[in-house]
Amino acid sequence: MTALKAAGLVVMFAVALALPALAPDPATTNIAVFTMMYVGLATAWNIMGGYTGYISLGHAGFFGFGSYALGLLLAHFAIAGGYSAFLFVPLAGLLTAVLAAGIGWFALRTRAATFVIVTIAFMFMVQLLAENLVGITGGGRGLSFPVPPWSGGDFNIPYYYAMLALATLGLAISWRIRFSKFGLGLLAIRDDEDKALAVGVPTRAFKLTAFIVSATLVGMIGAVYGYYVTYIYPQFVVDPLIGISMVLMVFLGGLGTLSGPILGAVILEPAQLWLAYHFGASRLYLVLYASVFLLVILLLPRGIIPSVSELITRWRAGAGDSKGAAGGAADPLPKAISP
Amino acid sequence: MTRILEAAVLGILTGGVYALMASGLTLIFGVMRIINVGHGALVILGAYLSFAVWHNLGLDPFLTLVITMPVMFGLGVVLQTIFIRPLKTDREALSVLVTYAIALGIEGLLGYFFTSNYVRLRTWYDTASFPVGSFYITYVYVFGFVLCLAILGGLFWMLYRTRFGGAIRATMLNRTAAQLIGVDVDRVSAIAFGIGMATAAAGGVVFGMTNAFNPGSHYDLISRLLTIIVLGGLGSLRGAVIAALVMLVTEDVTSAVTSPVWASFAFFVVLVLVLLVRPQGLYGVRVRDRL
Repeated sequence: MTALKAAGLVVMFAVALALPALAPDPATTNIAVFTMMYVGLATAWNIMGGYTGYISLGHAGFFGFGSYALGLLLAHFAIAGGYSAFLFVPLAGLLTAVLAAGIGWFALRTRAATFVIVTIAFMFMVQLLAENLVGITGGGRGLSFPVPPWSGGDFNIPYYYAMLALATLGLAISWRIRFSKFGLGLLAIRDDEDKALAVGVPTRAFKLTAFIVSATLVGMIGAVYGYYVTYIYPQFVVDPLIGISMVLMVFLGGLGTLSGPILGAVILEPAQLWLAYHFGASRLYLVLYASVFLLVILLLPRGIIPSVSELITRWRAGAGDSKGAAGGAADPLPKAISP
Repeated sequence: MTRILEAAVLGILTGGVYALMASGLTLIFGVMRIINVGHGALVILGAYLSFAVWHNLGLDPFLTLVITMPVMFGLGVVLQTIFIRPLKTDREALSVLVTYAIALGIEGLLGYFFTSNYVRLRTWYDTASFPVGSFYITYVYVFGFVLCLAILGGLFWMLYRTRFGGAIRATMLNRTAAQLIGVDVDRVSAIAFGIGMATAAAGGVVFGMTNAFNPGSHYDLISRLLTIIVLGGLGSLRGAVIAALVMLVTEDVTSAVTSPVWASFAFFVVLVLVLLVRPQGLYGVRVRDRL
C-alpha cells in the first residue's frame, strides 16, 4: 500500500513537472499557475487549521503582506525583473514569519470562535494599513513590481515552477510534521487542548510554531503571486475571498489529511476560474460560486478523503479482510462532540 | 473640545445602531454556537429591501420596516432550516463557511438586481439638523438611535420576561440540558436566527439612511460587528451593547482628533488591548472546553 502511495506521488510530481511541456498554451498554464498556488495555500493553511483545529480566516492577510514585502524589497534594492527577483521570496517569507510570530503570540491567547474572529480582524487590519501607509505602500494607488523580461507564451512558466516549488516545500513540511512527535502534539491540541496540556504537550509553543510555519508559506506564495500579477493594491491582494477559498479547499479534500488540500485545490480552483471566465461579467458569478460552496459543505461536510477512506475501510471489512481496516494517514481522528 | 464632544455624541448615537446589529449577531452565536459571517450581508440586504420598498411605494424609510422585518424574519427561519440545521459535526468551522457562502450569494444577487452603484435612502431628516449647545445634530441619527433603542428594549423584554425568552436563554446556557427539560431547540434556533435577521433589517434601514452603500459594503460592516461581539464576550447581549457604544465613540473621537482614515484602525487597536487583558471579552465566560 505504501509502495503504491509512493508510486502515485512520484507519478503526480512527474506530471506536475512536465505540465508546461504537455500543455504549453498560455491559457492552460495560467490556470496551472493559479491551481498550483492554491495547492500550496491549502496545504499551508492545513498545517495550522487542519492539524490544530484553529480555523484562521485571516491568512489572506499574510498572503497580502508577503506580496507587499516582496514588492517593497524589489523596489528598495532596485532589482530588475528576472529570475533574481525570486531569490527575494524567502526574505519576504522571513518578514511574514516575524509578523506571524507577533500576531500568533497575541491571537493564540484566544480559542475557538474568538480566534476565528481575531484572525478576520487581523486581515482587515493589514488591508487598512496597506491603504493608509501611503508613504510606504502607495496606498490605493497600488504597488508595481518590476516587469520581467520573458514574455509571450512562456510568461507563465517561471511562475508555475516557483509555485510548484513552494507547494512541494509545503507538502514536504506538512508530511514531515504529520509523522513527527510535534505533529502528534498538534493533533492532540485539536482533539482536546486542555488534556493535551495536562499530559505535557507544550501547547502554546506548538500552536505558535504551526501558525508561523503556515503563515510563512502563505506569505511566500503571496510574494510570487504579486510578482506574477505585477501590480497589486490593498483590496486586491488582501482579499477575503482568497482567505476563504483555501479553507474551503481543505474542507472539500479533507481537514487534517495530507492529500486532501491538494485534491480540494485541484478540483475547486479550475472550477472557480471556469465560473469566473464564463460568468465573471455579471454578479451571478458570486451566486454560482456560493452555490458550489454550499453544496460542498452540505453534501460532504467531512471532505472527500475521509469519506472515501471510510468507504474503503467498510468495504474491506465487508469483504472479510480483517487486517486492513486500521491506519493510514488519511484516517480522520475522532472530534470532540459539541455540547 | 467641542469637536471631541460632538464626536462622542455622534458615537453614542451610531453606537446604538451597531448595538442592535451586534446583539442579533451575538444572539445567533449564543443560541447556535455559530459565527454568522453573513450578518453584514444580511444588514445590507435589509437596507436594500427598505430601499426597494421606499423607492417603489414611497413609504417613509422607517415605515418600510413593517414590511421588511417580517420578510427578513421569515427568510431567517428558512435559511437556518436549510443551511444551518444540517450541520452536525464541526459546527463552528463549517458554519463560518456556510454563512460566508450566504454572504457571497446575497452580495451576488444584490449586485445582479441593484448593480454595484452606491445608493442611499433619502428623507427630509437626513440633512435637517437641530442645535445642541455649540454644534448641530442631524435628526436621522436621533431617530435611528431611538428606533434601535426601542427594538433593543423589546428584545431584552422578550428574552427576560417571556416564556419563549426563557427557552432561548436556556438554549444559550446549555443546549443539551435545555433539550432534556423539553425545549424544542431546533425551533428555538430557527426563530432566534429569524430574530437576528429582523434586527439586521432594522439596523439596515438606519445604516442605509446614514451611509451610502453598495452590495460589497458588508465586508467593512461584518469586520466591525465581529470585533464588537468579541469585545463584549461572545453570546453576551449586554456585552455587545456596551462594546458597540465604546467602539463607536472611540472611532468617532479618533476620527475627530486624528483623521478619518485612522478611525477604523482605532477599532482594532481597542480589540487588541482588551483581548490582551481579557481574552474572553468584557462579559464573556472563559472557554474551558472547546465550544
